[in-house]
Amino acid sequence: MSKVFVCGEGAVSPAGWGMDALRKAIAQGTALPAKDVSRPGNPTLRIRSVPPAPARPAFAAHSRLRRTSPIAHYAVSAALEALGADASALGPNSSSLGIIFCVMSGCINYSRRFYDETLNNPATASPVVFPETVFNSPASHLASLLGTTAINYTLVGDPGTVLQGLALAADWLVSEKVEGCVVIGAEERDWLTAEAVSLFSSQAEASDGAGALYLRRKPRGNPAIELHGVTQSHLFCKNQSRAEAALRARGELCLNGGEQLLCDSLQGVSRLDRDEVAAWRDWTGPRLSVKKVLGEGLMAAAAWQCLAAVDALRHGNLSAATVSVVGCNQQAIAGQFIRSDSKLDSELLGEKPS
Amino acid sequence: MLFPVSHQTDSHRVVVTGAGIVTALGRGWRANAAGFRSGRLAMRPVTLFDVSRQRVKTAAEVDLPPVLPPTKLRHNAVKRMDRAAKMLLLATHEAWNQAGWEPTENLPVVLGTTSGGMSLGEDYYRQAIQTPLSNRRQPSRILHYQPQRQGLDLAEAFGFLGSITIIANACASGANAIGHACDLIRRGRAQQVLTAGYDALSHLVFSGFDSLQALSPGQCRPFDAHRDGLALGEGAAALTLETLESARSRDAEILGEISGYGAATDSHHLTQPHPEGDAAFASMTAATTNARVNADEIDYINAHGTGTQLNDSAEAAAINRWASSHAGNLPVSSTKSSIGHLLGGAGAVEAVVCLMALREQWLPPTSTLETPEPVCAFPIVRKPTDAKLNYVLSNSFGFGGANATLILRRWS
Repeated sequence: MSKVFVCGEGAVSPAGWGMDALRKAIAQGTALPAKDVSRPGNPTLRIRSVPPAPARPAFAAHSRLRRTSPIAHYAVSAALEALGADASALGPNSSSLGIIFCVMSGCINYSRRFYDETLNNPATASPVVFPETVFNSPASHLASLLGTTAINYTLVGDPGTVLQGLALAADWLVSEKVEGCVVIGAEERDWLTAEAVSLFSSQAEASDGAGALYLRRKPRGNPAIELHGVTQSHLFCKNQSRAEAALRARGELCLNGGEQLLCDSLQGVSRLDRDEVAAWRDWTGPRLSVKKVLGEGLMAAAAWQCLAAVDALRHGNLSAATVSVVGCNQQAIAGQFIRSDSKLDSELLGEKPS
Repeated sequence: MLFPVSHQTDSHRVVVTGAGIVTALGRGWRANAAGFRSGRLAMRPVTLFDVSRQRVKTAAEVDLPPVLPPTKLRHNAVKRMDRAAKMLLLATHEAWNQAGWEPTENLPVVLGTTSGGMSLGEDYYRQAIQTPLSNRRQPSRILHYQPQRQGLDLAEAFGFLGSITIIANACASGANAIGHACDLIRRGRAQQVLTAGYDALSHLVFSGFDSLQALSPGQCRPFDAHRDGLALGEGAAALTLETLESARSRDAEILGEISGYGAATDSHHLTQPHPEGDAAFASMTAATTNARVNADEIDYINAHGTGTQLNDSAEAAAINRWASSHAGNLPVSSTKSSIGHLLGGAGAVEAVVCLMALREQWLPPTSTLETPEPVCAFPIVRKPTDAKLNYVLSNSFGFGGANATLILRRWS
């Protein structure tokens, strides 16, 4: 059995551009302010959106990124931060770096714009906009910027897909398909997404941004952070309720020994949170609920949860951190990261919780 | 656990025990085999949305049955399904029944699509911009346009549980889905995997390709010197994949073997391939390496062959380079001439066409070909032809530079 390590992290969030801003906002623990977003016929939608970048990112000058919508910029920025010096060390046509890009709403800005143009007059709908509506366009731009020709998947699903993406990346690494793999979860703001979120709860506020984790088989950093495990994906469907799925994901993890952190997907809306609250009701350790601070960022939010877990291990004294994602309409799933210098390694696969 | 897995191998052989297909040629293996074998063309005027202001007005529409086959899906769930979900269900029903699978607690599903339930998303938007505002049915549309809902419909319809992975790698999605499903079995992650590719025609996507002037105003003619664009189609194909041991233990009929999968990324341009087809070459090479075969062992290529100038010349260059001296003896065709480009469904549907060709020993033609593109060093199949086939290769390339290649082997 081979180990896989998190060797870099990157974030773009309503807290700002970069891990420092994310770390600070999570430490403060207060909900970031939302702003109004205009919507035809109804001005009351609220979004916690990414603030403008402090300076125009250098990557924005790349020919593939000049006309892209925010999701591509968020994804590229987070990925470059996670990759660090390895981003520029890749040679042209490198086949060593895989990309897994995870989205739920995806390129919604340009999709809405292009469909609106189609409804108005398809003869004048913009051929420049249409290709940017495709789910995998941000992953393609990132590959072009980095010069990687290796395997590159865009995964679509509910927010638990980020953890599926981490498991897939680990599999690619263990099977030596690639030497490194960056896993990104991203979303972009739009009134359509904000409205969709609000239709399921008037208290929920949409947000946008991206989170990226760079995985390799060789540890890096002190302490090194290991991706210790990802549970099965437990579906919500007629055969299994959301509450049952959340319990099964919880039950699959073994949580003995040492002080551990839980990064959950609660957003402070009791109706939406209740299944996850019930599944983790016996948790007595420290807990972070990043969506309460950053908003319902869908796939980006699940990536922020993972980043919060890894960052806490890197900069704190905890031994392990668990990420629980009880998603919107697909799955409950959980993942676990550990400090490689902790003594938890062998204990984690012990007794299951009652 | 999805990760880690204690027993990883790379040695399981992956066989196909069920295949389902829905295209504009018909529903099911038999209707499609008859259509492909004869090179029938399924393009017709679009009726699903208004194309009066589009440059092109034809596509390969599927005729859906008035009633779906009985499954465990509730009546209300069936009523909410859009065209894409229905086509996916029909194809899966055929594959599932052919395989004789029973519901299990852990059956992974790998789907490929570009649009999911796009028509529901379009319905959502059209209602959202109406005044006075009404949210009636909008939450349901939000939930059901997403591809994970179509995956969950399959779980409910056939009574299984398991992870759903949805790969949206543009027009390579279907081939990537099969390749990924194959990887899961080969590496001992699962004994059985359900995989499918699907996409329905939608106004947004039709208009998108029309805006790019990528649609042929006449007839789609892949690898023709005078080709002028692609034709869009819709459909789905599903495969039940399992280990050879699993199939044998059930005494299941084996339709063929997935023996190789390769993928590569073309970073040349968002919508244009590298002129020399570098990533296509890499993908085909990776697939043959994975299958442990040489190019000269491949008996037929079902090309991506969209009928656009750029794709076909790049793919032809890649095939020439990859096949080398074998190119002159390697028959190639594109079945998109018959059913159009099925986008996320293309790779899966074309894999089933390859299975048909292997099982029944014929080559599907590109029956619209008039003047072969001079760059092609390989013969293009123009008429229905019987052939002796052991290994066939299927290419799928997509926007964003997603390239995927599958190699299938005859089971005898």
